[in-house]
Amino acid sequence: MNRLVPHPILILALVLMWLLMTRFTLGNLILGTAIALVAGWALGALEPERPRIRRFWPLIRLAGIVSLDIVRSNIAVAALIVTGGRHGQRRSGFVQIPLRLRDPVPLGLLAVIITATPGTAWLEYDGESGVLLLHVFDLVDDEAWRHLIRDRYEALLLEAFA
Amino acid sequence: MTETLITWAIAYAQFALAVAACLATVRALRGPRAQDRVLGLDTLYVTAMLLFVVTGIRVGTPFFFEAAMVIGVMGFVATVALAKFLIRGEVIE
Amino acid sequence: MKHLADLPLWIGVPVALLLVIGATLTLLGTLGLVRLRSFYDRLHAPTLGTSWGAAATLLASMILFSWTEVRAAVHELVLGVLVMVTTPVTLMLLGRAALHRDRAEGHKDVPPAVARERETSGTDGRAGQGASPRPALQPDSPGIFMDR
Repeated sequence: MNRLVPHPILILALVLMWLLMTRFTLGNLILGTAIALVAGWALGALEPERPRIRRFWPLIRLAGIVSLDIVRSNIAVAALIVTGGRHGQRRSGFVQIPLRLRDPVPLGLLAVIITATPGTAWLEYDGESGVLLLHVFDLVDDEAWRHLIRDRYEALLLEAFA
Repeated sequence: MTETLITWAIAYAQFALAVAACLATVRALRGPRAQDRVLGLDTLYVTAMLLFVVTGIRVGTPFFFEAAMVIGVMGFVATVALAKFLIRGEVIE
Repeated sequence: MKHLADLPLWIGVPVALLLVIGATLTLLGTLGLVRLRSFYDRLHAPTLGTSWGAAATLLASMILFSWTEVRAAVHELVLGVLVMVTTPVTLMLLGRAALHRDRAEGHKDVPPAVARERETSGTDGRAGQGASPRPALQPDSPGIFMDR
């Protein structure tokens, strides 16, 4: 917004969290507001540009898809661990995926999604070439994973962020 | 009836999480490499945090949640510092 | 455990179920941490505990304490957000550290640095060896949480 209050929503959320976690008194309100303001300034100093969200609907859809995928892959990975990797049949491996995303914020979101889903681990992203290196726990088909990441997650993120 | 059910569920959860913490410790002690130890330590932190949450449910006081939060933050900072050390601090070449 | 005394069944059953699910998933994750062979496989194991292991336990606590009204269920939300935000950072950093160390020691079974492989991808087989214009992984190589 302006120089004094760089991230109003974040600061408001922080104050609210502070009050809910302690008790509502004037002292807590002042202390919480002060801390939130300092946190806002710190974030403003770290990140000069803010993410521009163009559409919210893809993000909501993405949240639904991701929570479903996390449940599913939790079950899959747990089953693989119990059966000892389909009795020795499981093969894991690295997959390289060229990404179209370039902004740091959607890339960070993608990293959270991929790491939060059991079975895929984000290892390295090369900023120059835009190639992401993934490690997949149960690798059957490289191409399927490339399609999954690019069409299922990345497309929605591209839609959401300008 | 409901009370016994929940008491048993809490007891099981505490037992399972304690075993999980032991297993994470085994990985942290056994290695074989430094990144395995750090990974074991990170898992130990998360497991200990969940154990505190479950204990908080059992006792019914909010203090365990504060403790769990502190453990969570400490675990994060410790793991990040150790991982950064593994990337930069150690001279292998 | 006075606060658990008169819970209705429709609160008790989901809470118990969520607790059991969460603890079991976390236990399975650490079991994988011990049993799996390579480091990169083991990197996947703790995510069981940090995704639904944590979520189920925190959800159980949220339902229970919202009912007994000891306090508002904000602590669990904050804890959940904390776990969700921090796990990717730690696991990603650990993965990069492992890659860096394996490459520096010249392990054959890890892929070489991305940029270098693209340069030599035309002549297959040479990707992992030979004179490289660039070290395996520069300490300041671009990572989304590190650069700028």
